[in-house]
Amino acid sequence: MSARTVLQHADISRALTRIAHEILESNRGPDALVILGIPTRGVVLARRVATLVSEISGVDVPVGSLDVTMYRDDLSRNPTRAPAPTSIPARGLDGATVVLVDDVLYSGRTIRAALDALGDIGRPRAVRLAALVDRGHRELPIRPDFVGKNLPSAPSERIYVRLEDVDGEESVTIEQGGA
Amino acid sequence: MRHLLSTRDLSRDAAIHILDVAEDMAQTQTREVRKLPTLRGKTVVNLFFEDSTRTRISFEAAAKRLSADVINFSAKGSSVSKGESLKDTAQTLEEMGADAVVIRHGASGAPHTLAASGWIDAGIVNAGDGTHEHPTQALLDAFTIRRRLHGDVSRGRGLDGITVAIVGDILHSRVARSNVWLLSALGARTVFVGPPTLVPTHLDGWPADVSYDLDATIAASPDVVMMLRIQTERMNDAYFPNPREYARRWGLDDERLARLRPDTIVMHPGPMNRGLEISSRAADSPRSTVREQVANGVSARMAVLYLLLSGERED
Repeated sequence: MSARTVLQHADISRALTRIAHEILESNRGPDALVILGIPTRGVVLARRVATLVSEISGVDVPVGSLDVTMYRDDLSRNPTRAPAPTSIPARGLDGATVVLVDDVLYSGRTIRAALDALGDIGRPRAVRLAALVDRGHRELPIRPDFVGKNLPSAPSERIYVRLEDVDGEESVTIEQGGA
Repeated sequence: MRHLLSTRDLSRDAAIHILDVAEDMAQTQTREVRKLPTLRGKTVVNLFFEDSTRTRISFEAAAKRLSADVINFSAKGSSVSKGESLKDTAQTLEEMGADAVVIRHGASGAPHTLAASGWIDAGIVNAGDGTHEHPTQALLDAFTIRRRLHGDVSRGRGLDGITVAIVGDILHSRVARSNVWLLSALGARTVFVGPPTLVPTHLDGWPADVSYDLDATIAASPDVVMMLRIQTERMNDAYFPNPREYARRWGLDDERLARLRPDTIVMHPGPMNRGLEISSRAADSPRSTVREQVANGVSARMAVLYLLLSGERED
């Protein structure tokens, strides 16, 4: 099994900074922005993006987490998943521009579940999608608005995002699957 | 999880996991839309051989909030009253495509029989069997205690070091039995309190202490006082002289309420006999969790149904 590092610590930081700028640019400022991460690593990334957006704009941007476990369409195909907490900022989602943040965008099914979950919580004015890595192979008509790195990959390959706060190191690697 | 038959076979980790999932379920119940699509297409049968409106509607609400289809089967006025055996009933439900069966039965061990029989492939949830167990009641009680103790930071925690006094008819109580095992797994100490006629004589191997004196127990300052319902059908069986005497010695009246530590919580599984085992003031006081227990019951049962019905089947 061969592992190849695609993004290193500094690359990840740069990508997140660029995403933060792009979010502010497309939203024409920090107004009504809410940044929501999808557990587990999306939440860590969302917090970092929110901090960067707040620093750049000088306005505190609310950040939270959105668990999509209960909305997945593959619950009976996999071992039971433990749900993770959802925390929605006090302002709610009505009228907000919600930016969903996930680590790897793949089939798009997680995002489909996230959109359903959002609909049950409130009515955002718009929903955008940010992903640290887009590895392709979409199974649904979903595309990201902000991407850290486009990473063409074979379905047999596996992509690992490791983040300081969760894994104690910071990298994105691609590994040959099989076995 | 394949079945939920008793709390006795739950490890500490398994119990905390269920409570944590219940915490997630409770959180979804504060949303604008409280219905989750999680168990769409699954069928849950409530098979009730004994009347229990509260437990049945709680399970029904839990299944519906998860988008499962619910079929209520009560023994009264059904094929069972015409003499159908449990086996035939089970096989009928199997053919109707039940994914989970929530069973309440007057005979201890009926859910176990159903789970072990091979008559039916569905996951079995014990909703009270005879004088044996009522595991979801114990789960919702533990969940309620944990939330009162730890609030928003309950996840991952047990109930270590607290003392729970369970007061009343221990002898016939499946609530007491389920609670004692779960509380012990979570690190809490249980004291059974009641008249000697209503406390089992052989408690070897049960992780509980026994007291026949409610006032002494209150003086020892328990963290939780859980009052059990005195079943009116027992009153004629000479377990105690009369309801007034029971209320005077083992009821949580206003005077005993005043002697509780300020942060001791008062629980009751319902339905309450106000003025008998619990006074109205005790039942309606801020320390009472009676209404929280009802809401938490739905969350705990959602967690159990989710863990039973999602995921690949492992046999």
